[in-house]
Amino acid sequence: MGMNIKDLIGSFALKELVTGLSVTLKYMFKPNITVQYPEERIPVSPRFRGEHVLRRDDQGEERCVACKLCEAACPAQAIYIEIDTKSTAEKRLTRVYDIDNGKCIYCGYCQEACPVDAIVLGPNVEFCSETRAGLLYDKDKLLANGERWKTEIDANLKADAKYR
Amino acid sequence: MAELLEFIHGFGGDLFGGLWPLVWTVVKIGILLAPVMFGVTYLTYAERRVIGAMQIRVGPNRIGIFGLLQPLADAVKLFFKETVLPSKIDRPVFLIAPVLTMAPALVCWAVIPFSPELVLSDINVGVLFILAISSLGAYGILMSGWASNSRYAFLGSMRSAAQMVSYEVSMGFTLIPVIMLAGSLNLGDIVESQKDMWNMIPLFPMFIIYFISVVAETNRAPFDLPEAEAELVAGFITEYSAMASGMFFMGEYANLILVSAMGSIMFLGGWLPPLEILGFIPGLIWLALKICFLLFVFLWIRATFPRYRYDQLMRLGWKVFLPFSLFWVFLTGAVLHLTGLA
Repeated sequence: MGMNIKDLIGSFALKELVTGLSVTLKYMFKPNITVQYPEERIPVSPRFRGEHVLRRDDQGEERCVACKLCEAACPAQAIYIEIDTKSTAEKRLTRVYDIDNGKCIYCGYCQEACPVDAIVLGPNVEFCSETRAGLLYDKDKLLANGERWKTEIDANLKADAKYR
Repeated sequence: MAELLEFIHGFGGDLFGGLWPLVWTVVKIGILLAPVMFGVTYLTYAERRVIGAMQIRVGPNRIGIFGLLQPLADAVKLFFKETVLPSKIDRPVFLIAPVLTMAPALVCWAVIPFSPELVLSDINVGVLFILAISSLGAYGILMSGWASNSRYAFLGSMRSAAQMVSYEVSMGFTLIPVIMLAGSLNLGDIVESQKDMWNMIPLFPMFIIYFISVVAETNRAPFDLPEAEAELVAGFITEYSAMASGMFFMGEYANLILVSAMGSIMFLGGWLPPLEILGFIPGLIWLALKICFLLFVFLWIRATFPRYRYDQLMRLGWKVFLPFSLFWVFLTGAVLHLTGLA
C-alpha cells in the first residue's frame, strides 16, 4: 500500500469526495456552453459540404458543360447526367442532371472534379425530407438552389479560392 | 384553528353521516400526499436542471417558462403510452410490484412531523415505523425482478435486495445515537431535543454515514448498481413500460424526499430555525429548506461520482460503515453514561 499517513487521514476526512464535489459545484456556476440550435448556430466553414447547387455564370447561363467528370468522380454513384444532344447552343448542355441525396455521402469529389465550378456543395444542411422522393434532386431544383444560396456560395468560393 | 376544525367536522358529519371518519381520513391523506407528489414531479425537473448546470449545459427549458411544465409533459407521455406485458411474466406479481415499491415511501409520511402541531399521526415509535415500512420497498423490487422472468431484471433485483439489506443495518445504527441523545423514538421529541444544538454537530460522522447509507438505500448514483444501465439495461425496471416504470421512478423520488426529511429531522433539527432570531419564519419552511438542501446534495453527488463496483459497495457497507457506526453507538453510550446525561 503506497499510502502515507497524511493521505490516510485525508481519506478518512473524505478529502477526495470533497474535492470532487467542489469541482462540480464550481462548474454549476459557470456559463453553460450549449448552443440552442434553431435560435443559435455555430459558425460554418467556407469549405462546408452541405446541400448541392448548380451555379449559373454572370450572364445567367448554366455553367455546366456536361463533361460528366462529376458523375465519374462520384464514389456513391449518386449523380446521373444525360447530354442534351438536340441542343443548338454553342456549348454542350445537360438534358438531365439528377442527384440522389439518399446515396450522396457529401465527399465533395464532384465539386473537386468540376472544371467550371458548376456543381458546388453549399452551406445548407436543412433539407431533410419525409420521403425518399424528396431527396431526389433534378436539374431545376439544383439550379433553384444555386439562385437561393448564390451570395453565400460566392463568398465561400472567394474565401477558399487561394487554397485551391 | 380548533373552531375551524370543529366546523369542518360538524359540516362533514351532516353531509356524509356515518361515513365521515372515512372521508376525513381520505381528505387528510390527500392533503399530506399532494405536496409530496408535487415534490416528486418537480424533483425530476430539478434533477435534470441541476445536473445539467453542473455539466455546463442547459437541461430541459422548452416546455413552459424555464421548462417548468416538463414534468407535466413527461407525465402525460407516460400515461398515454401502452403498458407492455411480456408473455412469460408472472402477471399479478408483476403488476403489484410497482405499487409495492411506491406505497411504502408514501405511507412513511404519516409520521413525519412538519411542525410541533402538524403531524398526521403522532406515534411514539415513529423512527421504528419509518424503518419498518421503508424496508418493505425492497419487496417491490425483489418481486419485480422475479416476476419479470428476465435475466437483467433478476440480477438487478438481487443486487438491490442485497444492497438495501446491507445498508439498512448501518443506517439503523447511525440513528441509534440520535435516539440515545433524545431518549425517545417519537420524531417530535427527537426534534425538540435538538433545541440547543443540532444532532449534526456532536454526531457529524453519523450524519455523513447516514447520508451515504441512504444514497445506497434509495439506489441512487453512485450506488445505482441495481439499474446499472451499462451492464443490466435498466435492472429491475427493464421489462416495465409506461406508467408502471413511472411508478418505480416516482417511488424512488418519493423515497429520496422521505430520507431527506428523515435526515433533516434526525440530524438537522427538523422545523427548528438555525438561529433563535430567525424563529419568526414558520417551522414548515425551515423543514422544507432543509429537505431541499439534502435533495440538492443527492443530485450533486449524482453529478459528481462514478458508479461503485459491487464488491466495493459490499465492502463499504459491511467492513467500514457497520463497525464505525457500532463504535459510535458505543462511544455515545459511554459519553452519556460518564457525563450522567442519560
